[in-house]
Amino acid sequence: MELGLQVDDSRSPFTVLSVKGEVDVYSAPRLREKLVELVSEGHRQIVADLEGVDFLDSTGLGVLVGGLKRLRSHDGDLTLVCTQPRILKVFEITGLTTVFRISGSIDEATSAS
Amino acid sequence: MAVEKALELSVPARVEYIAVVRLVVSSLATARRALVDDRVDDLKLAVSEACTNAIEANREAGVDQPVVVSCWEAPDRFEVCVTDRGRGFDPDALPEHPPVTDPDRLNFERGLGIPLIRSLVDEVRFESGADGTSVWMTLFGGPDYGDETSEIVRVVIAEQE
Repeated sequence: MELGLQVDDSRSPFTVLSVKGEVDVYSAPRLREKLVELVSEGHRQIVADLEGVDFLDSTGLGVLVGGLKRLRSHDGDLTLVCTQPRILKVFEITGLTTVFRISGSIDEATSAS
Repeated sequence: MAVEKALELSVPARVEYIAVVRLVVSSLATARRALVDDRVDDLKLAVSEACTNAIEANREAGVDQPVVVSCWEAPDRFEVCVTDRGRGFDPDALPEHPPVTDPDRLNFERGLGIPLIRSLVDEVRFESGADGTSVWMTLFGGPDYGDETSEIVRVVIAEQE
C-alpha cells in the first residue's frame, strides 16, 4: 500500500501533514523526505496527523524522532495527532509518549500555543 | 503439545516484501487461531521488525539469499521464526538507549526493533551464529489456551459460523 502524504498549510503557523497507510522500512523514507522538505521550506510547527496510519513500526518511529530533532534544532516542534490504540501502543512501549506532544485531534494540536 | 509447521515463506531480502509477510502471517493467525485483534497487531509488528532486521543482516553480509519466515501452531500457541543468512549478533550486547527524559534520546533513531519485539510477544529466542540468525517469537493463546479471552472469542466465532 502506498503511503499517502498530504500537506495543509491553511492553519498558520501550523502545517498539517496527514499520513495515510503503512509506515515501515519500505515507506518511511518518503515520510522522512517530506519532513526534511517541509523544514527546508521554512515550516516550523508541524502537526503530523497519524489518524489514517494503519501500521507503524520502529523505522517510522525513528523518522518521527528525526523530524522532531530537526524541528527543535530550528526552534520548531512536531506534534502528533493520534487516537488509535494500536498506534499509540507503539509510542507507549518505547517511552516516546513522553518525548512527543500527542493530541486527540488536529483542532486540539493547532489550538495549543 | 505438538507443534506443527503451518506455513513457510521464502521471500527476497527486499523491504518491499515485508508488507506481504505481515499480511500472510496475520491472516494465518486470524483465520486459524482465536487470537484477539490486539494480539494479531502485536504479532504483525513483531514479525515486521524481525523481517526488517533480517533483510538488513543479509544486506550487510552481502548475501543474496531469501529471508525465510515459518509459522508453527500448537493448540495453545502460535510461533513464528524469521531466519536470515547474515553475520549474526549478540542479542545480549545491544546498546542501551538513554532514558526518554535525556535530551540525547533524540539522537537514537534506530535500534528500537528488538526492544519492541521483546515487549510485544510472550517469548522470544535468538539463535545467532556466523551463518545467520533465527528469531523465534511465541504468542500464547488460541482455541485450547483456556483463558477467559480465548473462551469469549471462541463463542463469538462459533456464533458466526
